[in-house]
Amino acid sequence: MQGTGPDADIVISSRVRIARNLLGHPFPMLATNQQSQEVMERLTSVGNSGRLNEIGRFETIPLSDLNELERRVLVEKHLISPNLANESRCGALVLSDNESVSIMVNEEDHLRIQCLYPGFQINEAWELASRIDDIFEEEADYAFDERRGFLTSCPTNVGTGIRASVMMHLPALVMTQQINRILSAITQVGLAVRGMYGEGSEALGNLFQISNQITLGQSEHEIIDNLHSVAKQIIEHERAARERMMQQESRVRLEDRVFRSYGILSHASIMDSKEAAQRLSDVRLGIDLGLIRDVSPQVMNELMVLTQPGFLQHTFNEKLNMDQRDIRRAELIRQHLGRKSDHGGV
Amino acid sequence: MICQECGKRPATLHFMKNVNGEKTEFHFCESCAREKGEGLASPASGFSIHSLLSGLLDFETPGGVGGLSAKPQALRCDNCGLTYGQFSKMGRFGCSNCYDQFGDKLDPILKRVHGNTVHVGKVPKRSGGQIQLKREIENLRHELHDLIGREEFEHAAKIRDRIRELERSVAET
Ligand SMILES: [Zn+2]
Ligand SMILES: [Zn+2]
Repeated sequence: MQGTGPDADIVISSRVRIARNLLGHPFPMLATNQQSQEVMERLTSVGNSGRLNEIGRFETIPLSDLNELERRVLVEKHLISPNLANESRCGALVLSDNESVSIMVNEEDHLRIQCLYPGFQINEAWELASRIDDIFEEEADYAFDERRGFLTSCPTNVGTGIRASVMMHLPALVMTQQINRILSAITQVGLAVRGMYGEGSEALGNLFQISNQITLGQSEHEIIDNLHSVAKQIIEHERAARERMMQQESRVRLEDRVFRSYGILSHASIMDSKEAAQRLSDVRLGIDLGLIRDVSPQVMNELMVLTQPGFLQHTFNEKLNMDQRDIRRAELIRQHLGRKSDHGGV
Repeated sequence: MICQECGKRPATLHFMKNVNGEKTEFHFCESCAREKGEGLASPASGFSIHSLLSGLLDFETPGGVGGLSAKPQALRCDNCGLTYGQFSKMGRFGCSNCYDQFGDKLDPILKRVHGNTVHVGKVPKRSGGQIQLKREIENLRHELHDLIGREEFEHAAKIRDRIRELERSVAET
């Protein structure tokens, strides 16, 4: 994720996932090994047929080729679900070379097409996912019912089979304590919110994912439009809250918080994942507000991913216990912030 | 806040769900959330907590929503073998045929999850063409029936031929 794209100061990423199944085959949960194998061959053959070339270069990766750590890294990069990582039975990933398209085979459904764009590009993500869907549909018979739409393993996905979401960074709404009111308003209009919280009520990293909850009885267009317009409003609220914080006497407190976090990230030797998430959020806000100019937002986005446990182990290529992870995490952050020499004996 | 599942670890993941104005909150620790397949790392998997769904389904079964068939548990999909009872425990279908087999029993569940029961979105191009044809055949059959009832046999014969024609193209595709 490059930290680019429209409204990238607030929307980290936009994602659309489409769930599809093949006609007549039992869903992965009940399928025998042989049945799963058949589905995998059928779907990866479409993936390898060259039809996807018009979209990009794709690679097919059987999950059985990957070790536990490699799978975990894919999970942390949001390219596969934990579900697929755990139940590797004949699962596969068809991945585009820029990693914006990941196609999961034999997850909860036979086929899950996922498009992930940086910034606020939910329409673009839907259009691409739908194009890929059309390509698979030309060569594979989908389980589709006139009344119920696309038939999925879970009743929460039936109909369009689409899950659209935007990941938003909302520090100012959290700091000004408007967030709960806004989140509860969001759930009133058929959207779901997921936040990752620390103890108390403060969201970890101030990251919130907003997604559609309904997949049946609304067209894909309505679903995407609804999410788009709600996200747009949240962006405006967050911007307004940031501006107000910068204008009032609260500015000095905000600056203090941003620079304090920047200082700690640049110099700390031990950093747990919770603190890292919060400090990275502060610095990211500082960059977006123009308070910090010598760090790029891309670096911040990278760090949000890189500092997660699986990634850390992968980066350092060894098994790490929790204390070691906290030390490595601090080290990694210092390096990325260009403070490598601070602990090298100046 | 303590995890509502294990009652031991602090709750670090908070979910809100709103079904037709009825709000429910969930507070889980990471490990319980992961067990529920709801780790934050899987936003793509959308919002579906198995236990919630299965609670919802259990709620539907005892009284029998339709009230007509006494033992919905005895319902079994003849393609994959999943029973309605298993379905309501797992909150998952075994195959696409289950949707037919469990039939109208699903309406109240879908209504609660989505507020709707009928798809209005995208239709696959290939099998979707078939759906259009079948729909047309269905309409023509009704028309044929009416025409015969009114003893308009000449017109009925034309409709019959048209139906045959369409049925051939359905069979061919
Ligand atoms: Zn727990
Ligand atoms: Zn079945």
